Amino acid sequence: MTTFDPHATPPAADTDLPAGEVADASPGNAYEALNEGDDPRWAYGTGFADPLAGVDTRVPDGVDAADLAAYCLMLGDDALVMSHRLQEWCTRAPELEEEVALANIALDLLGQARLLLSRAGTADGSGRDEDALAFLRDAGDFRNVRLAEAVNGDFGHAMARLLVFSTWRLALLGHLTGSRDPVLAAVAVKGVKELTYHRDYAAGWVVRLGDGTAYSRERMREGFAAVWPFVPELFVPHEVESRLVVAGVAADPATVRAEFDAVLDQVLTAATLTRPPGTGPAEPLGRAGTHTEALSTLLSELQDIARTHPEATW
Amino acid sequence: MVSAREVAETVADPELPMLTLADLGILREVTEDEDGAVVVTITPTYSGCPAMEVIRADLYAALRAAGYADVQIRTLLSPAWTTDWIGESGRRKLAEAGIAPPGPVRERAGGPVPVTLGPPRRRVTCPNCGAHDTEELSRFGSTACKALWRCDACREPFEHVKEL
Repeated sequence: MTTFDPHATPPAADTDLPAGEVADASPGNAYEALNEGDDPRWAYGTGFADPLAGVDTRVPDGVDAADLAAYCLMLGDDALVMSHRLQEWCTRAPELEEEVALANIALDLLGQARLLLSRAGTADGSGRDEDALAFLRDAGDFRNVRLAEAVNGDFGHAMARLLVFSTWRLALLGHLTGSRDPVLAAVAVKGVKELTYHRDYAAGWVVRLGDGTAYSRERMREGFAAVWPFVPELFVPHEVESRLVVAGVAADPATVRAEFDAVLDQVLTAATLTRPPGTGPAEPLGRAGTHTEALSTLLSELQDIARTHPEATW
Repeated sequence: MVSAREVAETVADPELPMLTLADLGILREVTEDEDGAVVVTITPTYSGCPAMEVIRADLYAALRAAGYADVQIRTLLSPAWTTDWIGESGRRKLAEAGIAPPGPVRERAGGPVPVTLGPPRRRVTCPNCGAHDTEELSRFGSTACKALWRCDACREPFEHVKEL
């Protein structure tokens, strides 16, 4: 390994090269120096990037592979899109501790998304990897619930959304720990532990802000009002989910409503808040690919580099 | 030639370098067949653990350097890793490095996970002065597996590997 001095003059040898030739790992090129030799710790094309490396990904008997892939996309897209919204808080959170917390939660969800998208690509036999699925699909091919894609709003709004999302997903994954698909079951077992931390974090802020000052209370109340129209959609199964519930693979979102309501009531009561009035469409819109404009804007940022530089590696 | 298991057990965790992968409990199995082909099985701590690729590469490099030409690294998702798999020596090394080790994970009965409102009731011992008078500053810290705490006796902040 050569040392890199940012103030050093580039070595004269560089300028003596014939046109078209590139200096090989010269001391002036830190990136070449990093990649020197066959040290595979620098993960450039080491082949170690597959999050399901070495995992048995056979589809269980009697399970429709296309349905399983579609279901993994639903749960994976929920996590990917929600993770992106949380990542948008980086450099914008009210305090450093909250920024670290939101980034950590986003990282957990991104990890769940990577496993689930990889599972989708192996189950449907298309061979699409997590990158192809995350970066090369259009908004109409995403299967996330619309709650995940809505714009962030203020911190109260973000905490209302995170409480609703993590309470719902924790309940779903709790049921999925018994899935007949071993990959889904394993993702769920780990996800339950992670989402318990996410939900406690959001619940803590909802109580602190709801039962805080008149101003923080109003921000929290408005946050729930903004999120509430997306709640009914969470509990209506798409036909793929219904078929996989019968096959013993999926969790039925309709059956987690009671758990969701009990947790929301407990937190709202502690926060001296009440459920907002109003409701929204009780149809599996996002699951069927019907999204709000917010998803297109989100994807244009998420996918920009991958689409501008197809198959780029670094 | 050093056995493949012994080589794998010496590899350090990239984010908690005072621990080996074996101390951390993520090295699940090392097998070696008669032709010298090695299969190492590891399990992630958190779903999004960004160190997994580096861990795979470090294991691969260590085994190659020890003379093993055929090395495969497999991921095992189930059973899921828990901090209970950090053994006594791992806990001692963490405390010596100023990181409070995790307490035992509470076994939970079936059914919905209860929500926790208010501060955690765990007692975490300050790794610097040994006092029990400590408080959680942030449930999330510099890596996915750690929380930030402060000792009210010596006033020093410290990290705590949270129970998972």
